[in-house]
Amino acid sequence: MRVPIKWLSDYVALSLPVEEIAQRLTMAGLEVTGIERTGEEWEGVVVAHVVEVSKHPDADRLSLVKVDTGSETFEVVCGAPNVAAGQNIAYARLGARLRDAHTGEKKKLKKAKIRGVVSIGMVCSERELGLSDEHDGILVLSESAEKGKPLGEVIGDTVLDIDMKPNRADGLSVLGVARDVAALTGQTLCEPDFAFEALGESVEARASVDIQAPDLCPRFTLAIIENIEIGPSPPWMQEALLGAGMRPISNVVDITNYVMLELGQPIHAFDYDKIVDHKIIVRRAQPGETLTTLDGKKRSFTSEQLLITDPSGPIAVAGVMGGLQTEVTDATKTILLEVANFNPVSIRRTAMSLKLPSEASKRFAWGIAPELAPMTSRRATKFLVELASGKAAKGLVDAYPEPMPPVSVTLAKKRIPQVLGIDPSEDTVISSLEALGFGVATKKDTFDVDVPYWRRDVQCPDDVVEEVARMVGYETIPAAPLAGRVPPGVPQPIRELRETIRDILVGAGMQEAITYPLTSLETLGHVVAADVLERVPPLAIVNPLNVGEERLRTSLRASMLQCVARNLRTTKGQLALFECARVYTPTSEPLPRESEHVVGAVIGARLDRFGNASAASVDFYDAKAYVERLAERLSVSLTLEASEEYGLLSGRTATIRTSDVDIGLVGQVHPETAAAFGIVQDVYLFEIRLDALLPHVPPVTHYQSFSKYPAVVEDLAIVVDREQTASSVLSEIQVHPLVASARVFDEYTGEQVPEGKKSLAIAVSYQAPDRTLTDADVAKARDKIVARLGARCGAELRS
Amino acid sequence: MFQGGTGTGTGTTAAALRAGGVGYVFWGTALVWRIRNGYTPGFTCEDATAMTVLSSIGEIAAKAREELASVRDEKALEAWRVAFMGRKSPLQSVLRSLGELDADERRDAGRAANELKNELDGALESKRDELRRAQIRRAETAGRIDVTLPGRPLAEGRLHPITQTQRDIIHAFTAQGFSVIEGPEVELDYYNFEALRIPKDHPARELMDTFYVDRSALGQGDDDSKLLLRTHTSPNQIRFMEKSDPPIRIICPGRTYRNEATDPTHEWMITQTEVLAVDEGLTLAHLKGTLFEFAKRLFGRERKIRFRCDFFRFVEPGVDMAIDCFLCGGKGCRTCKNEGWIEILGAGMVHPEILENMGFDPDIYTGFAAGLGVERIAMLRYGVDDIRHFYENDVRFLRQF
Ligand SMILES: [Zn+2]
Repeated sequence: MRVPIKWLSDYVALSLPVEEIAQRLTMAGLEVTGIERTGEEWEGVVVAHVVEVSKHPDADRLSLVKVDTGSETFEVVCGAPNVAAGQNIAYARLGARLRDAHTGEKKKLKKAKIRGVVSIGMVCSERELGLSDEHDGILVLSESAEKGKPLGEVIGDTVLDIDMKPNRADGLSVLGVARDVAALTGQTLCEPDFAFEALGESVEARASVDIQAPDLCPRFTLAIIENIEIGPSPPWMQEALLGAGMRPISNVVDITNYVMLELGQPIHAFDYDKIVDHKIIVRRAQPGETLTTLDGKKRSFTSEQLLITDPSGPIAVAGVMGGLQTEVTDATKTILLEVANFNPVSIRRTAMSLKLPSEASKRFAWGIAPELAPMTSRRATKFLVELASGKAAKGLVDAYPEPMPPVSVTLAKKRIPQVLGIDPSEDTVISSLEALGFGVATKKDTFDVDVPYWRRDVQCPDDVVEEVARMVGYETIPAAPLAGRVPPGVPQPIRELRETIRDILVGAGMQEAITYPLTSLETLGHVVAADVLERVPPLAIVNPLNVGEERLRTSLRASMLQCVARNLRTTKGQLALFECARVYTPTSEPLPRESEHVVGAVIGARLDRFGNASAASVDFYDAKAYVERLAERLSVSLTLEASEEYGLLSGRTATIRTSDVDIGLVGQVHPETAAAFGIVQDVYLFEIRLDALLPHVPPVTHYQSFSKYPAVVEDLAIVVDREQTASSVLSEIQVHPLVASARVFDEYTGEQVPEGKKSLAIAVSYQAPDRTLTDADVAKARDKIVARLGARCGAELRS
Repeated sequence: MFQGGTGTGTGTTAAALRAGGVGYVFWGTALVWRIRNGYTPGFTCEDATAMTVLSSIGEIAAKAREELASVRDEKALEAWRVAFMGRKSPLQSVLRSLGELDADERRDAGRAANELKNELDGALESKRDELRRAQIRRAETAGRIDVTLPGRPLAEGRLHPITQTQRDIIHAFTAQGFSVIEGPEVELDYYNFEALRIPKDHPARELMDTFYVDRSALGQGDDDSKLLLRTHTSPNQIRFMEKSDPPIRIICPGRTYRNEATDPTHEWMITQTEVLAVDEGLTLAHLKGTLFEFAKRLFGRERKIRFRCDFFRFVEPGVDMAIDCFLCGGKGCRTCKNEGWIEILGAGMVHPEILENMGFDPDIYTGFAAGLGVERIAMLRYGVDDIRHFYENDVRFLRQF
């Protein structure tokens, strides 16, 4: 809501600087998001009088204009059709900085030769002054404007931009803002003048209204104004509209807009002579009905949309837009003025479905007090009489079948401290509320509060409490530390596991990423098999914002690979990224299942001592290392088993298991999948489902005593089939009770190892809890292990 | 834990093993002692008599002293020790042969042998010290390094700045007795709007452009169970109050979604933290105190806060909270748009109608709620000028935090 200060001061004396007023409004909930000063930028633009207009010798559409600034006269070439002798106009001297009418950029005005004639300075349009987009004609100033005066002093103003909140429908009016300004600065509101002389024949005999849908139209008024002369509105009204962000058009249109902005109630003017039988019927649309609206579009309606009709059919979409047929034109002589109250929901839906949001429909949708309709009609009629030489009909057609009862609220006195934590005096409460227009009757334990008609947002005691708080100021409320009972904690195991995993992976050198949960079927299709996508189709967004962001992801792998690809160009050496996030699986429940996963990816060359990318690239075991780190830190025993996974390279992919439950996978991304994301290098990833992992994570780690007797460590070299896994060999070794641990420290194929075989070097640590092992103990254990490996794994000692 | 993952190392390298290396090695079935540089003493002691024993001891002593003098490193010293003091050394042979002598001779020879043993022990020890000192001296001179060269690269990981900020926010509230709750991101219209007093067609819905989720994949679809991506974390207030009784103190961190185009100050994915407390006697002053403590923890103990009136359907009165600008100290700068104050969150007293709907008597219980935008707070803390940086995931950005 744009509120020009000059306009505001019509209703309230501004006793404080604008910044202070803005500050008080902001603190009271009418947030001033900008204070705009028009006029300051018009350096070098002054009021000038048009002395003479003549034709340009070489151009039909240009004229030569002689302007007088009071001290000098200049000749200017002007292309505007509306320039005429006798006008006061805005004259830009040479050197003024103006907006280019075509590009909108600011430029310094220089002397120019236009079709052979030298033009000194310029006569400005609204667009060149940055007032509006209008540049078909020049800006005509009021007759009283003083020649030579800087333009800023004549039409410059300060405009408050207020971010009005939807509860304050009354604030969508200059008068409404003035009410708060008056209350907040201790001034008295000066109500607008509604008085005019009605000389025409009574309206009741000449027009009627039939409300057939009272649920959608609580109140409807009609007024008639004859002898209208269409023309421009006066400069003060045009300036007010410009300041408020509306373009002046003609006196009738400007009056309806001005009064709407002033009081907050939209108005619609019909050409009285085009209304069949002068009879208005307010009803829901009938099947097949159409109307060509003011914008020239033919529209059809649903049976829930409210129309203004006459006996011949629709003439306007209630509260949204008028019909072309009954529009006020230059030829209009008599105006039928509609000021009505409509159901907010109905107007909002209609405006949205017809895609016709407007200042009017917004006000209807926010809710308008029905009391405003007759007042608004009188105010507009007064201006039509005064500014369009109209003759007003006596009386008003006012259909208000079920008057809305006034609102009153009983506020317990103790409620104020109970909510605010402060207890203002009764006098403070009463004067605060009265300043805002509330009526207050004080009882023993309560305030009986009458809510003014324009504040229907105030409905319950706490709404009144807020009004009191606004007036005494939120800054008077102290900051009290939270006391009282502390509720018991609520365990969140998944959250705690996720945060631990984040810490472990960061500690292991991975960088955390956070990606969007929305993706496309195509992208998901790179990492999820087609039959899976078909069986569990990812949830779709009805109204996506961006292409490629229309499905809720069922896998984190795609966004992780996108993330890797994005960083490849700028990364030298190794890139290790992870993300903890949710995937969304449709279920038969009302809500999908949201399960948390962690996904990590590693790619690139290992770094040498100086941080240079070395010749060696990361491989499967780098990705696996992160999984191992997680397992160690979480005290979970994990096993890996070679497996096949969609999008991963067979032979370099494994399922991660704990206690025979699949909890995730680790592997090399299939080169074709990687290529689909623009990655040509080998990239490895792991993914773990937190809900599957969680049951296997011990809540605490139990201390295990360690033997105080020394361990004997021997290295064992064996030869096995290539297919024999290291973990199967180790688990056979670990069966022996004296083996404290066993660890592979080399895998070797090549010379000295037969084809199809591999050599494993294993460090075996022997230890007993109760004694120092002798050479004989170790030799005996070793023999048993060697025999077992031979029998179970086909292992031979390397010779 | 992974099998085989916990072995203790031997220090023997695989390469050495392949080369037929060193140490106590189980190499096929043969168990072999090898002395690396094969030191062999030049004599044996077989015929044991008192004289020969004594002269042998003398010879051994002379030989040992002579050899020790030429020892230049630890390896040679170890070989020397094995040769002169090991199990198969001549001195050991002498000691073993003492039993063949008569008592007097045995005493003399024994004393001589023991003296020699003590002498050799001492010589070994001082030689070791000497070598160690020499090695340290070499390190100080020949081994001098350029201390200005960079350290070896360590793998570096960072938490996402939003995670870091979210954790700090959470901590500011858990320190005041709040528990952390999480809830679904795909939400029912009821929890996101209706239960929070934002009915269909209310203009307040325009403040939150919403992504709607197609229910048809779920095999059912009626208007009342409309699915959407939550536009704020406030639905968790309702979800928690439905199953809990006062006193309540919870915070609900999580991702939320708004269907609006991105620009330097707008993202369609926003991380929020919801705050809710319900109990007897809670007032706006407690809300102020709680948020003040949060602001001080995040932005410095000297922070000031400002409450002003604002509107949210589910609170009454509604509050907007600002902190004094920590960059300019309130004098006005670009970050605070010359206002000296930076608005950081919306809050208010829980609307009595909501408490009543949750089965709490609003004449007895009051509550407060607040909603914080984590990105906004992170932008302020880190001086990030464009919100879109957070989810572009450029590592050059992420590694700065
Ligand atoms: Zn500042």
